[in-house]
Amino acid sequence: MQIYVCVKHVPDSAANIHILGNTQIDEKVAFLLNPYDEHAVTEAAVLKKTVPDSDIIAVCMGKKDAEKTIRSAMAMGADRGLVVETDAVCDSMTTARALHAAIVQDGSPDIIFTGKESIDSEGMQTLFRIGALFDFPVVTNAVSLEIKSGKAVVTCELAGGRTRTFQLALPCVLGAGRGLNTPNYPTFPDVVKARKKPIQTISLDSLGIPPGPGSAKIVALEPLIQKRRPKKILGTPAEQAKEIIRILQQDAKVIS
Amino acid sequence: MKQAGIYIEMENNRVKDTSLGMITLAARADVFLYALVLDGVDDSTRQNLAEYGINTIVDMPLADDPQIRRNPAVRAGAIADAARELKLDTIFGLSTAEGKDIIPRVAAMMDVPLVMDCLDVNLEKNIARTSQYSGKVMADIQLTGSVIIFGIRPNAVQPVPAPAQAQTITLTLDTTVPANLSLLSWDDGEDGGRISLAEADIIIAGGRGLKNKENFSLIFECAGKMNAAVGASRVAVDEGWVPYACQVGQTGEKVSPQVYIACGISGSIQHFAGMKTAKMIIAVNKDENAAIMAHCDYHVQGDLFEILPELIKQL
Repeated sequence: MQIYVCVKHVPDSAANIHILGNTQIDEKVAFLLNPYDEHAVTEAAVLKKTVPDSDIIAVCMGKKDAEKTIRSAMAMGADRGLVVETDAVCDSMTTARALHAAIVQDGSPDIIFTGKESIDSEGMQTLFRIGALFDFPVVTNAVSLEIKSGKAVVTCELAGGRTRTFQLALPCVLGAGRGLNTPNYPTFPDVVKARKKPIQTISLDSLGIPPGPGSAKIVALEPLIQKRRPKKILGTPAEQAKEIIRILQQDAKVIS
Repeated sequence: MKQAGIYIEMENNRVKDTSLGMITLAARADVFLYALVLDGVDDSTRQNLAEYGINTIVDMPLADDPQIRRNPAVRAGAIADAARELKLDTIFGLSTAEGKDIIPRVAAMMDVPLVMDCLDVNLEKNIARTSQYSGKVMADIQLTGSVIIFGIRPNAVQPVPAPAQAQTITLTLDTTVPANLSLLSWDDGEDGGRISLAEADIIIAGGRGLKNKENFSLIFECAGKMNAAVGASRVAVDEGWVPYACQVGQTGEKVSPQVYIACGISGSIQHFAGMKTAKMIIAVNKDENAAIMAHCDYHVQGDLFEILPELIKQL
């Protein structure tokens, strides 16, 4: 099987984000593999155990530095990497076109894994666009996967403990959710081995992607600052509970 | 004038309040509003949608067969078809769990731009406001295209009545289930699913301070009494005390309830990423120095094993 995993190089969720100018962030912070993509790579590695001849290819679009995220994916089980290099900030329509073109140029996927969303731009849509460009079926927030007689049987989680189980024809695109597995965090030997695995770099320009019929452009970024001034609720537990109930009834008006 | 279609989510044959909020948001601009309803339109639905400002209700009922009605690809196809048929230039949907599985499909099928999880939309300029980078940044994103789509965070805007004379039209849809994506089964959880986190007015959430799975019953009991949804920090889901679906935060649900009650949650940056847009935050914590105590509206220092039973008793 050819298993592609689309990964993203994102700022660490604990990093302080500073805004430069009006539309960019200061990128001098730690970047790492998008957390949901860890589940995607791990699931690809699990699948490879049952289909031993498989080739797992991690694909990432970004600046040169994105190679680090490909190395992380390799330490977690990807066999080789593909970087679509660009300094431009691309919207998901362009990103999906680029990832699609790079994958088509490289091989023919049986499964494409992604995380269900990225934690930086939180767009939640690139996987669906990749699916549409390939005309492959897509599901998101997958929490279990089984390949049965050439089809993928995937359970996806909705809110409130609800689930849906789908059957997808292969090839397909699967968006990994947190419940899918426990990420395969690499050991030191895994990291060393990953350094020797091959990475191919393609420039975005060389893919010759025509502009899409629309665009999404960041026109302003501003820090979201909390302006809350905590008031203390004092007293015995019974008095504190009473005051909470009064606030819910009279101030927030959410209970009667 | 803009022609906007609002994909209406229903629950128990009623229009969800969060869908009405979306109408209020869209109606701020000079716009002709269509309600796209896939689950049947009865009189109360018609009145409800008209009361909040819909101009035309588009009744496009899907077959009762769950294989059709519950298939997100079928639902997305229906919305895309309606958009083409009605020559819509703007589509709104909710960023609920269902919406996240439907709205991006519509954008992908039509190959048009989309912003999910919008907290606000300026329809004059086609700019959506959404949070990025773990809720640390607010981004204004401008969309261009023949059709543009906005996925609205539930509760981002409270519904305000604005009565309109709504007419109803029926669209007949070609609803073939795609051969490559079929629904095998579904599980609506206990009681047809608890109150969904994203749409709840009140969320009561527990974290490390709950100590174990058994103690989480205090949170559930309290939630039951105040009709709240149950949330949890990452620790609580990783420990298996509650399902992943309860997680609020960076890698969980992003919520904007009226009130968020955090019990035994220290308030990491990653947790705040999921709940900082709550209108009111009440933090119950033993540790006065926990991060959440400085970033809440009400700071309740004390033992949650004493305060929660008191709440349950008094509610």
